[in-house]
Amino acid sequence: MSDDSAVRDLTLHMGDNCLILAQCLTEWCGHAPMLEEDIALANTGLDLIGQTKNWFEVTGNLYSPAKTPDQLAFHRDDREFRNFLLVEYPNADYALTLMKLFLFDTWHYLAVRQLIVHPDEKVVAVAQKSIKEIKYHRDRSTDLVVRLGDGSDESHAKMQAALKTLWRFTGELTNRTFWGQGDSSMRSTLAESYSSTVESVLRQATLDIPEETGMVYGGTEGVHTEHFGTLVAKMQYLPRRYPEAKW
Amino acid sequence: MVSQDVFTDRQIWNWLGEVPDPEIPVVSVVDLGIVRGVEIEDKKVRVTITPTYSGCPATAVIAMDIESALVERGVKHLEIEQNLAPAWTTDWISEEGRRKLFQYGIVPPKKRATCAGALTVSDNEPVTCPQCGSVNTECVSPFGSTPCKAAYRCLSCLEPFDYFKPH
Repeated sequence: MSDDSAVRDLTLHMGDNCLILAQCLTEWCGHAPMLEEDIALANTGLDLIGQTKNWFEVTGNLYSPAKTPDQLAFHRDDREFRNFLLVEYPNADYALTLMKLFLFDTWHYLAVRQLIVHPDEKVVAVAQKSIKEIKYHRDRSTDLVVRLGDGSDESHAKMQAALKTLWRFTGELTNRTFWGQGDSSMRSTLAESYSSTVESVLRQATLDIPEETGMVYGGTEGVHTEHFGTLVAKMQYLPRRYPEAKW
Repeated sequence: MVSQDVFTDRQIWNWLGEVPDPEIPVVSVVDLGIVRGVEIEDKKVRVTITPTYSGCPATAVIAMDIESALVERGVKHLEIEQNLAPAWTTDWISEEGRRKLFQYGIVPPKKRATCAGALTVSDNEPVTCPQCGSVNTECVSPFGSTPCKAAYRCLSCLEPFDYFKPH
């Protein structure tokens, strides 16, 4: 595989994760349980959309002819997306969204920290640009998972239920990476740091990791869950229906 | 006015220093460290800018504002380049910019070296209320009115205020 196609796959995967998670977060706008949370979820989404654009600019220039970030976001079919199944899981309730953010943010921070030393300088530039934002997201979701997990009986039960629903999607986060050179050793380092971080936070949050859960895979190969078609259709409806539409 | 078609670095920097940030108009795009470079080659002016946050909606507006400010002053051959690296940091906000922010009611970010690793700076160093000067303040939410600010409250005068997040 040439370096170009490796970087293209990597940046597409990174951008798709940010884009799909951001799309889910935008659905909370005006509906979150508190004003502060509404703003925080929307702002996190905004950061992620900015990161998507930065990743897709790298991806798009590696196609011939080049593709714009908008073409990549709005003119691909669902099977062409390479995001994790975790990020496409519907919002359900606030507890589930928060748990999803924590499970993703933890991976995101560790992953992007590895990309800071990637051999491709364009990848490094996007990684360095995003890392501070990602760390802020991770600190916030970690803090809230601990507070609500170790909170009232009701908040504990909701966070535990959310963890039970989402845990099966976490295997995919460290099952395959797109890092290119040195991939396998970086993947195992990532997998180790991911599980030790997540386990320690969940312990602090007094939440139990579900036992005997089979892991589900497929997102990074383009095989998505049943929710994904609807999500993509909603996201792409306007630019597909009115391809020349401008702000 | 005599029309001019060769410009000096200093002229361009001075004009850019008059372009306000669209979301926090009390500071200029130069104060915020968004303008990274000005290059002049014959009649051509190249301005390099960098986004603050990846998704900051003001970035596109800033590029437009810079363009119209320079075109208005007679720059005909202008190129605006956006650069991600090195990544923008709040440490690039000038002393002048920090002073203006505080006077405006937004607490300027602490230097990153003094608060590395903390979600809210209050964990390490107190944030001073821009209304009454008390350090008895708390973070209400890590996200505030724009992506670059956190929402704070003063426990002495009870006024809410914005804190520019160290980034």
